Amino acid sequence: MRRTFSIGGVHPADSKISRDCAIEALPIPPTVYISVSQHIGAPAKPIVAPGDKVKVGQPVAEPGGFVSAYIHSSVSGTVKSIGPRKDLAGNMQTCIEIQVEGDEWAEGIDTTDTLITDFTDDNKVIMDKIKLGGIVGLGGATFPTHVKLSPPPGKKCEMLIINGCECEPYLTSDFRTLLEKGEQVVIGTAIIKQVLGVDKATIAIEDNKPEAIAHISEVLAALKAKSPKFNGIEVLSLLKKYPEGGEKQLIDAVMHRQVPSGALPIDVGAVVQNVATALAVYDAVQKNRPIVDNSVTVTGDCLPMDRQHNYLVRVGTPISFIIEQAGGMPEDAVKVISGGPMMGKAIANLDAATLKGTSALLFLTAAQTGRQPQTNCIRCGRCSQACPMGLEPFLLRKLTLVDNTEALEQNAVQDCIECGCCLYSCPAYIPLLDIIRQGKVKVMGIIRARAAAARAAAEAAKAAPAEKK
Amino acid sequence: MTSTIIWTVVIIAVLGLVLAVVLYLVAERFKVEEDPRIDEVEKVMPGANCGGCGFAGCRAFAEAAVKASDLSANFCPVGGNDVMKKVASILGYEVAEKAPMVAVVRCNGSCANRPKTNDYDGYKSCKVKASLYAGDTGCAFGCLGCGDCVEACQFGAISMNEETGLPVVDESKCVACGACAKACPKGVIELRGKGIRGLRVYVSCINRDKGAVARKACKAACIGCGLCAKNCPHDAIVVENNVAYIDYTKCKLCRKCVAVCPTGAIHDVNFPKPVEKAKPAPKPAAPAAAPKPAPADPAAAPVAKPVETAAKPVEAEAKPTVKE
Repeated sequence: MRRTFSIGGVHPADSKISRDCAIEALPIPPTVYISVSQHIGAPAKPIVAPGDKVKVGQPVAEPGGFVSAYIHSSVSGTVKSIGPRKDLAGNMQTCIEIQVEGDEWAEGIDTTDTLITDFTDDNKVIMDKIKLGGIVGLGGATFPTHVKLSPPPGKKCEMLIINGCECEPYLTSDFRTLLEKGEQVVIGTAIIKQVLGVDKATIAIEDNKPEAIAHISEVLAALKAKSPKFNGIEVLSLLKKYPEGGEKQLIDAVMHRQVPSGALPIDVGAVVQNVATALAVYDAVQKNRPIVDNSVTVTGDCLPMDRQHNYLVRVGTPISFIIEQAGGMPEDAVKVISGGPMMGKAIANLDAATLKGTSALLFLTAAQTGRQPQTNCIRCGRCSQACPMGLEPFLLRKLTLVDNTEALEQNAVQDCIECGCCLYSCPAYIPLLDIIRQGKVKVMGIIRARAAAARAAAEAAKAAPAEKK
Repeated sequence: MTSTIIWTVVIIAVLGLVLAVVLYLVAERFKVEEDPRIDEVEKVMPGANCGGCGFAGCRAFAEAAVKASDLSANFCPVGGNDVMKKVASILGYEVAEKAPMVAVVRCNGSCANRPKTNDYDGYKSCKVKASLYAGDTGCAFGCLGCGDCVEACQFGAISMNEETGLPVVDESKCVACGACAKACPKGVIELRGKGIRGLRVYVSCINRDKGAVARKACKAACIGCGLCAKNCPHDAIVVENNVAYIDYTKCKLCRKCVAVCPTGAIHDVNFPKPVEKAKPAPKPAAPAAAPKPAPADPAAAPVAKPVETAAKPVEAEAKPTVKE
C-alpha cells in the first residue's frame, strides 16, 4: 500500500531542531498591530475606532465579503490608530494599532484548560461559532474555514483529512500542538467531521514524528471509548516526502485520488484542514475562544539549543519583539524567513507584526541562503521528476521567458503550487520557480478575466430574454 | 556508360520541366492577392521590428496601415514624422505631425536619496523582485534597479548609472518605442513629449504614500504638498494620491514649480545651466553668461547632458553631504 503521493517530491534534510521545545506563551508586547488582511479574500472592515477600549477576543473587524473572516483583538487595551503600516514584505496594509493594558478577556470566553469532550449536535451553531471565531486555515493559505466547510451544492465530501504532515523542514509548531493538545485536535476533528457529515476522517502524520503518531492514536482510542462521535477517525502514518502537506499531494497520499487541473479537493470528495485549524475549531466551538494567538516556531541552525523555541504568540506581535524575547538576532544570521525554508518568504521589514498564519521565524546564515551561480540547462529532467504536480518546469521557464501565455496555459502553469521542488533539484541552479511564478500570475490573470467575461455574458444572456417578455 | 549519363540527364530534365509546370499552375491557382503597397510601406519602415507601434513588427504595421482608412491610429515611434510622411505619401493619406516622445525615468531614488532597508539577493530581475516584495528600500513605488528596462531596450538607449542605481535614458538614442515602460513592473518609466529643444519639466517620483512616509523613505520624494500645483500659472499640474503629475501638453516650461518644490522632486532637463547653484535664479536669461562660469567648473556642464534624468538634483543633494 502506497503511503505517500505518487508524483515527484524531494527529500530535504529534516532539521527539526526545536522538536523537543514545549510550546510556551510569549509575553504580551506593549503594542500590537492587527492587520485586516490576514486571510485569502476580501480584507476585513474595522469596526472599532481610535480611543475604543477592547478586550482579548473582542471582534475588531468584520468580514468584508463572502470569502473573508472576522478579526479579533488579541490583547486588551486601547485602540491607538487605524491606518496603513508596512507588512512583512514592506507593502502597506491597514492595521489596527492597540496599546496593551493588562490582559482582560471578553465575556463568555472560557480561558481554563478544562477539556470539554462533548459537543453540540447542532451544526448551525457550530458553523456560526467557526465564523464568529474568525477561523481560517492555519496551514499556510489562510482560507476562511467556514467557506471551506460549506461545500457547494451537489458536491459531497467523502473524507476529511487533517493535515499533520508539517513537511517543511525546521517547522515544529504543528508537531508540538499534536503532542501537547492532542485531545483538542481530535475533538476539533470530530466537530469538523460532524459539520461536513462524513463518516471518515484521517489524521495524516509523517513518519518522522513517531511520538505524535503514538500520542494521537492513544488519545483517539481513549476518546472512542467515551463517545461514538469519534468513530471513523483514523491516524495514518505517511512516508516523509516534501511537499506532502500540500493539499493535492495529501489527498493523493491518503485517498489515492488525483485532483484534476482546475478542480477543487471537494471535486474528488475531500476536505483538508490543518492540525492547527482543528485546534482553533475546538477553541471556537467548545471554549468560545476566537483565534487570538497561534504557535510560532523560532529556530535556525545558527541558534544554540537553549534559544530554540515554540512560542504561543498573540496575533499582531511585532517580529522584532519576538526576536528580542528569543534572545536577539543571532550574529551570523543574514535572513529571517517567515515560514519554512522551502515556501517561506524572507522578511523585509522586522517591525511588521505576525498574522494568524505566521508559523515560524527561521534564521538562516549566509552559507545557507547564498545562491550558486546559474549555469545552462543541461536537460537532465530533474525538475520534471521533482515536480509534485507533474509539470515540466524547464519548459514553463522557457515559455515564460518568451511570454507565450497560450502554451503556458496548455502546459498547466496554473497548477503550479510554488513548492520550490524544481528550484531545489536543479543542478544548474536555474531560478525556475522565480520565473515560472511570473508566467503563472499572468496566466491566472487571463483565466480570471475570461471567467469574468463568461459570467458577464451569461448574465447578459439571462437578462435579454427577460426584457423581451 | 555514356547512355546512363544521358538518360539520367534527360529524365531529370523532363521531371524538372513537368514539376515546374505543376508548380506554375498551382501558384496561379492559389495566388494570394496582396496589396503591393504593403511592400512599399515596409521598405520605408525602419525595420527595427521593436513593436513600439503596437504591431508585431514592421510588416504587420505596414499591413495595418494599408488596411486602415486613415493613419490616426498608426504611428511608428522609431521612424517618427519623417517615416510617417513617406508612408502617407505612398498611401495617399494625410498625416498629422506628432510631437516626438522620449522615455522618462520618474524616480529619483538614488542610493544617496533612498537608503536601503534590506538587501535583495534573489534573482536579478525587477519583475521577480516586484512579485516577491515591496523592494529593498522604504519606497514601494520606485525603481527596483535590476535593469529590466535596460534589457528591454533594443536601441541601447538605457543604461544603469552605477552610482545612483537608476536607469539613465540616452535621449539621442531613445526612439520612444515604449518597451522599457512595458518592462518596468513599477511603472516608473513614462513616455513624455520630448519638448522643444529637449526642454522638459517633470515630477521625478510616483510614490503614492502620504508625505511623511514618502519623505522618510526617500529624500527626493514627491510629498504631495501641492505647492507646485498652486504656483503653476498654466494649470498643468494635478496632485492625486499624494503625488504630483505635470501634464506635458499644458506645461509652458516656466519652471515655477521647480523653484517651489521643497524636496527637489521636480526636474528640469536640458535647460541651459544658470549661474552657479541658483535654482530660484531670477531670470533664465542668464545662459548668455553661462559660457563664462563654465571654464571655472569644467566638469559640471558636460556631465549635465548625458546624465540628463538624474544628474542635476543628485548633484544638488549630494554636494552638501560630501562637503560635510
